[in-house]
Amino acid sequence: MSKSASAVALVLTAILLGSIAGEGSAQQVANREVTKPAAKLGLGRPATADEIAAWDTDVRADGRGLPEGKGTVKQGDELFQERCASCHGEFGQGVGRWPVLAGGAGTLKADRPDKTVGSFWPDASTVFDYIKRAMPYGNAQSLTNDEVYALTAYLLSMNDVVKDENFELSHKNFTSIKMPNASAFFEDDRETSEKQFWNKNPCMKDCRPAPKVTGRAMSIDVTPDGKSGPKVE
Amino acid sequence: MTDLTSGKTLNRRRFLGAAGLAGAGAALSGVPAIAGETAKSEALITDVQDWQRYLGEGVDKHPYGVPSKFEKNVIRRDVPWLTASAESSVNFTPLHELDGIITPSGLCFERHHGGVAEINPADHRLMINGLVDKPLVFTMDDIKRMPRVNKVYFLECAANSGMEWRGSQLNGCQFTHGMIHNVMYTGVPLKVLLDEAGLKPNAKWLMLEGADSSGMNRSLPIEKALNDVILAFAMNGEALRPEQGYPLRAVIPGWEGNLWVKWLRRVEAGDQPWQTREETSKYTDLLANGTSRKHTFVMDAKSVVTNPSPQAPLKHKGRNVLSGLAWSGRGTVKRVDVSLDGGRNWQTARIDGPVFDKSVVRFYVDFEWNGQELMIQSRAIDSTGYVQPSKDELRKVRGVNSIYHNNGIQTWLVRSGGETENVEIG
Repeated sequence: MSKSASAVALVLTAILLGSIAGEGSAQQVANREVTKPAAKLGLGRPATADEIAAWDTDVRADGRGLPEGKGTVKQGDELFQERCASCHGEFGQGVGRWPVLAGGAGTLKADRPDKTVGSFWPDASTVFDYIKRAMPYGNAQSLTNDEVYALTAYLLSMNDVVKDENFELSHKNFTSIKMPNASAFFEDDRETSEKQFWNKNPCMKDCRPAPKVTGRAMSIDVTPDGKSGPKVE
Repeated sequence: MTDLTSGKTLNRRRFLGAAGLAGAGAALSGVPAIAGETAKSEALITDVQDWQRYLGEGVDKHPYGVPSKFEKNVIRRDVPWLTASAESSVNFTPLHELDGIITPSGLCFERHHGGVAEINPADHRLMINGLVDKPLVFTMDDIKRMPRVNKVYFLECAANSGMEWRGSQLNGCQFTHGMIHNVMYTGVPLKVLLDEAGLKPNAKWLMLEGADSSGMNRSLPIEKALNDVILAFAMNGEALRPEQGYPLRAVIPGWEGNLWVKWLRRVEAGDQPWQTREETSKYTDLLANGTSRKHTFVMDAKSVVTNPSPQAPLKHKGRNVLSGLAWSGRGTVKRVDVSLDGGRNWQTARIDGPVFDKSVVRFYVDFEWNGQELMIQSRAIDSTGYVQPSKDELRKVRGVNSIYHNNGIQTWLVRSGGETENVEIG
């Protein structure tokens, strides 16, 4: 590299570092001036349409990203028994400790809530997106789009979100599905709902009456024995 | 008890008194008492030991070193009953065995949703697409030609301490607080890569996606992405460990660990969040009234006393060192208070070592112990003025079913023999 080329590179680095520095951090780089918008480095290459199609399978809550396709509750039932029921149970009730997918309606205020696709999930799109990208567990991305539509339809049916076993779910009618718990989520509000935790003068002396032990992990006794931890070579 | 909570530095007279107590305790364990008192000679000193006589291993034995065999208990541990499958599970950093602020790479807790992806860096690709001028594909070589930064940050799992919402369950800070690690990352600001692709003005959210079989994906607000998010290829000076996302992971300072997508293969720009499984079914916080918070990104100020703790009981009367960790996703830790009497009285601990933004700090209280029962607590205060709440204060707002974001004050009960327990107090 010529002297002038390395000088250019140093200036470029300084600009980039300056433009990413935040505020008030103890870890900031010394250089903070921001002069121009960052120049392009000229690294990377254009992504091809095929490459984007192969990886970009995500589906948003408004249906953006849904591929063409369709599948019925009945088709989904057959597929589910073959590909899913060994872990999730015939009716999505879960085998052993594997996740329960159906039921639990109306339990979210209970002492032990049952959070399933039907009782808790806000968007049907998430069912499609997650099955398509990550299921079956151990053999992900092995389902066709039609199969994912059918399985999603069956899951909605098991959860009484659709009532007709002849129902066919497709990219055309997908966004008409409304999930029972859709409206029960709200954005993080800790800075207002928990503002009492910002306290300029926390108590230092005689803050409370003498404490008494009210619960002990030892009486529950579920901690793994330290000696039984994994071996490290 | 009053004496212990006074917060005074030990003076010479008190230190000698304490040392006398230590000597009395030590006599039982065969360790000689302090100089000046009658002491029995130790064979460890009077006899020539093997390591003094014979040659040790040569420099050619360990091209990549491992800890001493006497440290074989310093390991990650898991809790088999927590999850249905070890490939979608978690293990825990042995906080009680560590000091300072940097977690050794091989001890950093793991959380996978589809096991550890094994990826040859030459085969790894990062795609940027969506609302950009030019969708791009980068190789690891491309990324390593970009301007780099080095930063120390904590990564805490949103579910750290989650098993403790209903009360004390697991006996040890490794299990109650060990879904955290703190390392130095080397990488490239995400902004640098986004600038290469050119974000469109309506890009408000990004989706990060992993290359593993869980296809981990989450939505990230663009302001955070442009502020301090790093795509890291190294931790603690060397390449990422496979279980930490080798060859490339996202570093999202101060925010819940689930967002720190490992084996990062794609960043998509969009104008709204995606509502993926990991931000709807999981990583949403159910409140007692049946509604749920979503996008609870920041990890609030938190601390834990690592020593003494259930896995590291007090062994000696007299002089002791209380030690712990504190951190906040909202900024720096400004102060840590410690109580030895269950929160009746507090003293301010000494923070030692580097204090970085969104990194853990190490704190100490040097104290004397005469064998009485202690109820040890720590309370972190961060640069925004947030004071770590008690568990009961958190439960009043959230109930006991929110799973994530339990940053309540931990209590350790030290019994007269030094045995230490995870307890709840009322």
